[in-house]
Amino acid sequence: MAKKIPEIPAASLADIAFMLLIFFLVTTTMDVDSGLERRLPPMPPEDQEEDDTPPIKERNVFVVLVNAKNQLLVEGEITDIDELRDKAKEFMANPYNDEDLPEKKIETVDFFGQVEITKGVISLRNDVGTQYGTYIAVQNELVGAINELREELAKQKFGKPYEKLDSDQQGAIKDIYPSRISEAEPKKVGGN
Amino acid sequence: MSKFRKNDTKELPPISTASLPDIVFMLLFFFMVSTTMREVTMKVQVTVPSATELSKLEKKSLVSYIYVGTPFKQYQNVFGSEPRIQLNDQFAKVSDIPDYITAEREARDEAEVPFMITSLKVDEYTKMGIVTDIKQELRKAAALHINYSSRKKAER
Repeated sequence: MAKKIPEIPAASLADIAFMLLIFFLVTTTMDVDSGLERRLPPMPPEDQEEDDTPPIKERNVFVVLVNAKNQLLVEGEITDIDELRDKAKEFMANPYNDEDLPEKKIETVDFFGQVEITKGVISLRNDVGTQYGTYIAVQNELVGAINELREELAKQKFGKPYEKLDSDQQGAIKDIYPSRISEAEPKKVGGN
Repeated sequence: MSKFRKNDTKELPPISTASLPDIVFMLLFFFMVSTTMREVTMKVQVTVPSATELSKLEKKSLVSYIYVGTPFKQYQNVFGSEPRIQLNDQFAKVSDIPDYITAEREARDEAEVPFMITSLKVDEYTKMGIVTDIKQELRKAAALHINYSSRKKAER
């Protein structure tokens, strides 16, 4: 008595699935977003009139200026961007305790004990007319310089690349080579 | 002998397509998992610069985007050909950024707000003036964690 229900045809299932597939192919992107990660300094409180921090000695500052024509002036010398990384590394490491390169202070860091830590600060100032691409290239070289120093120290001390260390070890290395890149308020000079 | 020669006279049976939906579904799920939805319609031309020291944006849900670039051709008679800011689906002024950041924060869970990242997708030929203005607004809005979106450059 009960009629047998005919089987639902599944031939169009493939078409439906294809339609969905094509929809997802069109509306989604596959690219993994990556970029240079930076932290901005917090806005100074408005009631702050004179900052009473002691002035930083000139030997402790690594001045990088970029003008509207995308030229670099590093520590008073016109520099090519390819040389920037080595100069920044030499500045931050100061391997021979050079008089002109930054001072160091002795501090105790986990795993390392008493170590000399540089007081150097990298100061980056760009013009309003500087191209963003150049700015990123400069930032990249500076971040790269610090990353390379950290990498070298990690290899030398722990025998492993920096990324493979646990967070305490990474923290210790970060204490020794801090990422101190400060960006000055831009000045409008020269041209558009 | 005859056991194997039974169907000799018949023509070849059609290939079964019963498993085709399964294969397509497999592809579909792969794409659904490995891709992300395109969130906005781009109105500005952005070619991000290339760099080597990249870090990945881990949690897509915590990222808010700011696009800067020259408007596409069809918008140029209204918005000009100078680089403009795009927030969500529309052109914006620098002064709109704090509101945008506030709106983005309200859309997230309160516990997640400190981990939010602002990704700046800026065209490489943009002048720094507009980028600096954006950075100042972000500082005012206390959205300090930023990411300059860039492509991977081959190591020299």
